[in-house]
Amino acid sequence: MNVENRLANKKRRSQKIAFGIFSFTSYSVVALLFVILAFIVVKGIGAISWEFISEMPKNGMTEGGIFPAIVGTLCLVLASMIFAFPIGVLAAIYLNEYVKAGWPKKIIKQMTNNLAGVPSIVFGLFGMSLFVNKLGFGDSILAGGLTLGLLVLPVIIRTTEEALKSVDDTFRQASLALGASKWETTSKIVFPIAFPNIITGLILSIGRVSGETAPILFTVAAYFLPKLPTSIFDQAMALPYHLYVISTSGTNIEASRSMAYGTALILIIIVLISNLLANGLRKYYGKKVKMN
Amino acid sequence: MSSVVLLKIKHTDLKTNFKQIKEKIIEFILMLSSAATSITVVLIVFFLFIEGAGVFSKKPIDKGFLLAVNDSNSVKKLEPSQIKDIFDQKITNWKELGGKDQAIVLFRTGDITDYYTEEELGPNFEYFPDKINELIAKTPGIIAFFSDKYKSKDFKGRELELDKISVFKFLSDEEWFPTAEPVAQMGVKPLIYGTLLVSFGAIVLALPIGLFAAIYLSEIAKKRTRNFLKPLIELLAGIPSVVYGFFGLVIIVPLIQSVFNLPVGETALAGSVVLAIMALPTIITISEDAMRNTPRAMKEASLALGASHWQTIYKVVIPYSASGITAGAILGIGRAIGETMAVLMVTGNAAVIPHTFLAPVRTIPATIAAELGEAANGGLHYEALFALGCILFVITFGINMLVEMVTNKQSHKKH
Amino acid sequence: MHKIESQNVNFYYGENQALHDISLSMKENTVTALIGPSGCGKSTYLRLLNRMNDLIDDTKMTGNILIDGTDIYGNSTNVDNLRKNVGMVFQKPNPFPKTIFENVAYGLRVNGITDKNEIEERVVTTIEQVALWGEVKDKLKKSAFELSGGQQQRLCIARALAIKPSILLMDEPTSALDPISTSKIEELIYELKNKYTIVIVTHNMQQAGRVSDNTAFFYMGNLIEYDKTKSIFTKPAKKQTEDYITGRFG
Repeated sequence: MNVENRLANKKRRSQKIAFGIFSFTSYSVVALLFVILAFIVVKGIGAISWEFISEMPKNGMTEGGIFPAIVGTLCLVLASMIFAFPIGVLAAIYLNEYVKAGWPKKIIKQMTNNLAGVPSIVFGLFGMSLFVNKLGFGDSILAGGLTLGLLVLPVIIRTTEEALKSVDDTFRQASLALGASKWETTSKIVFPIAFPNIITGLILSIGRVSGETAPILFTVAAYFLPKLPTSIFDQAMALPYHLYVISTSGTNIEASRSMAYGTALILIIIVLISNLLANGLRKYYGKKVKMN
Repeated sequence: MSSVVLLKIKHTDLKTNFKQIKEKIIEFILMLSSAATSITVVLIVFFLFIEGAGVFSKKPIDKGFLLAVNDSNSVKKLEPSQIKDIFDQKITNWKELGGKDQAIVLFRTGDITDYYTEEELGPNFEYFPDKINELIAKTPGIIAFFSDKYKSKDFKGRELELDKISVFKFLSDEEWFPTAEPVAQMGVKPLIYGTLLVSFGAIVLALPIGLFAAIYLSEIAKKRTRNFLKPLIELLAGIPSVVYGFFGLVIIVPLIQSVFNLPVGETALAGSVVLAIMALPTIITISEDAMRNTPRAMKEASLALGASHWQTIYKVVIPYSASGITAGAILGIGRAIGETMAVLMVTGNAAVIPHTFLAPVRTIPATIAAELGEAANGGLHYEALFALGCILFVITFGINMLVEMVTNKQSHKKH
Repeated sequence: MHKIESQNVNFYYGENQALHDISLSMKENTVTALIGPSGCGKSTYLRLLNRMNDLIDDTKMTGNILIDGTDIYGNSTNVDNLRKNVGMVFQKPNPFPKTIFENVAYGLRVNGITDKNEIEERVVTTIEQVALWGEVKDKLKKSAFELSGGQQQRLCIARALAIKPSILLMDEPTSALDPISTSKIEELIYELKNKYTIVIVTHNMQQAGRVSDNTAFFYMGNLIEYDKTKSIFTKPAKKQTEDYITGRFG
């Protein structure tokens, strides 16, 4: 009995130590998140003002605002989503509602996975080669938007597929049994039910697109352009590229630090809002579906 | 009366036909959309390799320039690295290159005034070609680098042979200096080493932390704690890489500099730390999912035998989810290898083969990002950067395939 | 003294009360069958005996369960040691993805036995004990998944017995098996009775009748009737018990 208790105590002890380490590391990871966020919020909040978000950069980007970068990022988000969202959703509908299990589906899924694994800088190279040079769009919102669109296509397809999958099969059967065609069933029954979750994917993609830098380096981003784009063939500034520029290669790095913190904060806010919004939506509609 | 019925039938017939056609068209559009990703992958491969392959049909010297020696010189051919050493005056005698014992005389276009007066060259340099010709002919130890528009018709010197850049050389040469004069140094070895070193460091840091956190979330934490922690950890994945780079630049880099007492804090270590933070969410979510897939029955059987919770975790849960954990780790490495901005901002970007974590390094993606802006479209440098893109693509593609294989193994085990 | 003694046990999953005031005692070296319709609480009760319900979040228990006179939910009780003493066999055979040998050795190893000879001897004896030796002696190094369902379940019983428990809990151990495998396991239970106190949850009336000494009938979280198996099956005291046994519901 004594031996047994000793053993049991030993087991307890090693478990306690192990679990202690595990919970400590988990909380450390989360703490790290808060450190990063808090750091940028604390340092950046001072830079944020109406002037900061509404004016052109001045004085070698050490003063003034980041208005053109905000507008540029909005344009890029819009351009990429107009292109990628419909294609992504239609592709997911085809994958989930139309094509049966088999090799075509396998290949498409595999390729989508592969595309998701392509590093963002490779998208940049590709966009430069195809859109900027071969198709002659030049450095433009069109070229950058298309590049970013291709980058988030797998994200949209995956989230939409998940959303469609979560729609109960009985809805489809009920609709088909009433003589509705496949497309009628998909567009009138399945799609509306899945819609909130599809929107979740859209929001997350917007967060992703607004933060990407490497794909826009050579397809659209302008170092300094104190005017707003007027067409999709214009170059534009963008928030992430702006942050990169003023924190590494501005004319006066020290003087533009507070601008950099401010830009980082704006980027973080966009990401946080899109994440929270997506999570909130998912929870809200998740509950609603369950209640029915 | 009967004709009305007939008309009606025909009408509905037409309607169904129309509906069927519409369905077909829609299905076709859907199919096209679903092919978008595959087409993109194919296009990426096509454009990357077309542009990148260009580098292998060219000599590493700028178009329109040539290297020439005195006709009596027995050296016929030189490697890019040898030429660089010559012009850096690390090699000063032809004997070191297998030639005669003769001091090397360097000549660049601008040096012409050391030999001839402006009058001799003519007011518009119209005698320039003749003078170079003369100079080369009378200087046995010369090596001259000049534009071929100055090459006269009766050229008496001998143009040095230069090999085209080969795939092997591209991968094995140890110097990356694509804008070097007179000859570009196109060795990606330091970049590959830099990429691997930074990614390796990242995974060494991130794997234990990620694994511990995954164990905690899937096995130990109460459901509520888990529901609270997991979205926060996933949020880490949403922060843009340029923000990580910025954070690394203003916090981690100075920290490393002062802790290790270094001249600069931009090091491989800084890159590894930033990448580790970025890879954590990937490793945690994927390993956690794998662990949660361990059948409850398996865990209960272990506990029912008197195994402690911890024994059950490391003897049953971890072995069972090993392939999922591996997949998470590999995917984390893949993220690290392909990451551009954060690494670019914190690693110092020195293109030398790294020997320590505390030295600046340069990775493949960072090189592309830093240099493509300056490379002339379609030029040698431009193509070399696309070739780097190909290498990156091949590596990440391979990693994806590996993950696919590993996860397939896991799902087979379940059935 | 009773081997297992429950006093006024109540159990809750969150707000839902799953067991109401269960008091039930079992003598050493007897087989007790717990019967009742699905969701009646019999499995929940069984899993209280080795504190397996601890694993489920947001549960609560009141009352006492004593084994050998000690309160197993008391502060001084070590859960791992309790579970070592109270073996369990599950509804579906659940061998580990390890070799046949390692499956049986697992419990020994986690309980601190390192001597190779001792492990080997104990593994062999327990496999013999469950009458599996003849079938597996040549493939001890093979994966346990290569065995048939019935063999797997006997292996799981061996796994539980290897660490020498005094009590064996069986949660519908034959529900996933064919009739021949079932009868082999029932024979085994009959033999094991001499050395162990066995509590078995079963859906199968005939099985309860064949293997058990006593039977407890649960219904909607209540213990309706507890008596000698013979009396329960021949002259049940309660109407509900009779209805269930004769197949009128459940």
